[in-house]
Amino acid sequence: MYFVSFFSIKTKYFKRSVSLTWLFASVTLLLSQVALGQGSSFKDDMAERTRACTACHGEQGKAGPDGYYPRLAGKPAGYLYNQLKNFQEGRRHYSLMTRLVDPLSEAYLQEMANYFANLKLAYPPAASPPERVSHRLLNEGQKLALEGDSTRNVPACSTCHGAQLTGIQPNVPGLLGLPLDYLNAQLGAWQTHQRKAAAPDCMSDVVQRLTSEDLVAVATWLSTQNVPPAALPAKQISVPLKAPWRCGSAPELSKAQP
Amino acid sequence: MIFPPRFWRYFALFWITVGGLLGMAIGLDNHRDLFETQAPASSASTSTATAAGQSDNVLIEQGHQLLRLGNCMSCHTERGQAAGAGGRAFETPFGKVYSSNITPDSQHGLGTWNANDFWRALHHGKSKDGRLLTPVFPYQHTTLITREDSDAMFDALKTWTPASNDKPIDKPSKTLTWPYGTPVAIAVWRSLFFSPGVYENHPQKSPEWNRGAYIAQGLGHCAACHSERNEWGAIQSVNDFSGGRMPVINWYAPSLTSLKETGLSQQTAQDIAQLLQSGKNDQASTIGPMAEVVQHSTQHWRDNDLLAVATYLKDLAQQASPSAVTTTATKPADTRASAGLSPSAKVLSLGTKIYDDHCAQCHRSQGQGVPGAYPALAQNRAVLLNDPTNLVQSVLYGGYPVVTAHNPRPFGMPPYILTLDDREIAAVLTHLRSQWGNQAAEVTPLQVNRIRSLQGP
Repeated sequence: MYFVSFFSIKTKYFKRSVSLTWLFASVTLLLSQVALGQGSSFKDDMAERTRACTACHGEQGKAGPDGYYPRLAGKPAGYLYNQLKNFQEGRRHYSLMTRLVDPLSEAYLQEMANYFANLKLAYPPAASPPERVSHRLLNEGQKLALEGDSTRNVPACSTCHGAQLTGIQPNVPGLLGLPLDYLNAQLGAWQTHQRKAAAPDCMSDVVQRLTSEDLVAVATWLSTQNVPPAALPAKQISVPLKAPWRCGSAPELSKAQP
Repeated sequence: MIFPPRFWRYFALFWITVGGLLGMAIGLDNHRDLFETQAPASSASTSTATAAGQSDNVLIEQGHQLLRLGNCMSCHTERGQAAGAGGRAFETPFGKVYSSNITPDSQHGLGTWNANDFWRALHHGKSKDGRLLTPVFPYQHTTLITREDSDAMFDALKTWTPASNDKPIDKPSKTLTWPYGTPVAIAVWRSLFFSPGVYENHPQKSPEWNRGAYIAQGLGHCAACHSERNEWGAIQSVNDFSGGRMPVINWYAPSLTSLKETGLSQQTAQDIAQLLQSGKNDQASTIGPMAEVVQHSTQHWRDNDLLAVATYLKDLAQQASPSAVTTTATKPADTRASAGLSPSAKVLSLGTKIYDDHCAQCHRSQGQGVPGAYPALAQNRAVLLNDPTNLVQSVLYGGYPVVTAHNPRPFGMPPYILTLDDREIAAVLTHLRSQWGNQAAEVTPLQVNRIRSLQGP
């Protein structure tokens, strides 16, 4: 008797729990179906709107895997916007980018630039120097980057790109956290006038004063430097540029700032 | 058989006479403007510009509006250069042609032109110096522009900032493959395929319809893309919208009269106008060259012009497919049959896998898309086009819909040219052309490869 009654009680509880489970399960199923119908992973936000960018530039614009699609996250918004305009107006050439940005308005490009600029994500550690790279090359690169070469009137990279080389708001990009292939490709493009910036094109003027070996040295050294933790682009240039240096894409560098 | 010398004399005389007469006829035909005493009477109802009682400012604004209707700036502006300064390259099967500088610059542009010169260019396809223009400039269409509209356009052009070119723009005689750029070749082409004309009003149709026809056939030059060109690069007629492949740049401009390709007969005029104004409506969105037209031209049109063109096109579409219901009913049967073969199981499974990996996230498992963001692929006319060119372009290069006032923050598609090979793209396109009720022919890797290799990354 006892056994039977126990069993019946158990059955009762069991039944209740089963029906609760079913209720719970069906509600979950219903909710998930509603969600699926409206797009489970679809959010009406900028991450969704920039899928065409992150397909190559990596999730959240953290850079693509192959070294040719640079990081977007955390770069100064003005710099990112200027690059989008450069593709649109033929100062940079890459048909996949050009075709993507062609139909977009300046307001929307600015919104995209702001979106990636505001993504503050940690950088991975820098690559170790490639094999067979001499100390001499790295030292030359470091010297050019941090001191420049006064005999050829070449300013240091850090003059415009910030003392920490993490860029200057809002238009000058940082130079660290970029793969060697990308740096080499870009400096090469400046040298052959494939890459340009708005006139007066100060970066072009600098690159034209350097040899290919100099460019490789700078790129190699830069690619092996770790990005300082929690590094942000500097707020402004420490010493405003003196004539004749002027930059069309970053006119604020030449102005004395408060 | 030996002919006497007299025969040869007559023989030569005969052919010299025939050749001479033909040459004279072609010459006269190409210089009709010299005998023109006054501009052909225009049908005032279709003109935008009406001179009577209008202040200069109103006329100039009308001129700007006409320039937008004609999308003049889009072709006459090179990327990153001054608006209207020309220099944009147009690749044709006969060689390259660079657009000219139409700013009022006196050295490189139209600074020394007067309204008559401008009219002669639009109406007769001849430059100020008498040079015959190549038909890359769509004078088959612009010849229909009324003299009043031509004058208003010219007045508006004169208000632009003059812009000179760093170096003179190469003339077609230099850039076209010989002999296509020679005056004789262009003269013969014009005699065969061009005669100056005016837009004839259809009195039995509404003024709105006529206005639409005047824009679509003339300034709007819709048939320049939406009509198949013959082997000499000429279109059938300015009111043939039966669709055509655009050479060299490889897009297919769908038929505007076919129920299957664009289905304008089943849309309201408001829907069609909305597509032109905002680049998309509930049924379709514009991509490729048409998105460029929306970007630079149709989004800036006035509402009544949009509706006029929509009314005209819808009417043509209705005339072309009067029994819409029966056409729909017979559609599914013929596509698979005409395809002739069904894709192999291997292709289908590869297609399914690629779709799940790369496409389903946005276009969804049943090809239903996300309303307002990503287009549905199920029962999408653009997916079902017989010619898969536009689909291949979209997958290879991705892209954003054009930003317009009604679509200011569009969602985009990544390019797949670097991630998927020809076989994979063909398989996934074949997959989505055979799923969810879609029935269209298989896409082959060769078709993908042709477009990829012609355009490059």
